[in-house]
Amino acid sequence: MKTNDIILQTTTKVVVFIIILFSIFIFFKGHYTPGGGFVGGLLTSGAIVLLLLAFDMKTVAEILPINYIYMTATGLLFAVGTAAGALFFNVPFLTHAFGDVYLPILGKTSLHTATIFDLGVFLVVVGVTMTIIQTIGGDE
Amino acid sequence: MIGIINIIIVLFIIIGAFLSLVAAFGVLKFPDVYTRNHAASKSATLGVMSILLGTFLYFYVEKGHFDSSVLLGIVFIFITSPVAGHLISRAAYNSGVKLWDKSVQDDLKLAAKSKKKN
Repeated sequence: MKTNDIILQTTTKVVVFIIILFSIFIFFKGHYTPGGGFVGGLLTSGAIVLLLLAFDMKTVAEILPINYIYMTATGLLFAVGTAAGALFFNVPFLTHAFGDVYLPILGKTSLHTATIFDLGVFLVVVGVTMTIIQTIGGDE
Repeated sequence: MIGIINIIIVLFIIIGAFLSLVAAFGVLKFPDVYTRNHAASKSATLGVMSILLGTFLYFYVEKGHFDSSVLLGIVFIFITSPVAGHLISRAAYNSGVKLWDKSVQDDLKLAAKSKKKN
């Protein structure tokens, strides 16, 4: 029986943006308040799973043409890169640095290399979750 | 001023808890899936929204902390909870769950039948 999913699809189009915005918010506030790379990554993959529920897998692959295995590899590369970068400055592995940087538009910003490590965690979580779900969900 | 806003906060939270209780009683007492879903999705949505509004006002007035994620949660629940109720009801209808035996009208059945004829 063919049904129309217009209510689900319209709601998904609105709600996915709210979820992705909230996941980015949670990712960036993770240094001072609860949140961080893992929760943000799970929320983002939750938004993509909502898209998968409302539309089919081929449509989602057209909207987001991402190979999630490469995404996992990029995340691991970020994590290992920030950890190993400490070795060049003659400090122990996984030592992080921070400082105030003057950026052209944003002005004085306080940046920390732990954010890049967290970005690696974020990418790995999204990649692994989506790989698992797409592998289970795919028929062909 | 603070006293009035405190009373409003307490009222919001009590009304929200009461509406959630009403939703639970509706789920227990109503006869079939559709009436239960009606009770659960409507009453619980308003109850949770009311509790969240009370929480937001408490933290804004008492602590001076404007928590925008609570407001986002209110909007999110208002959007998604009725859609969830709609999907559950439709899934129940499409998998052949019967209406209550005293119900008198089934417009969706008539519509599906006339569509099949054409």
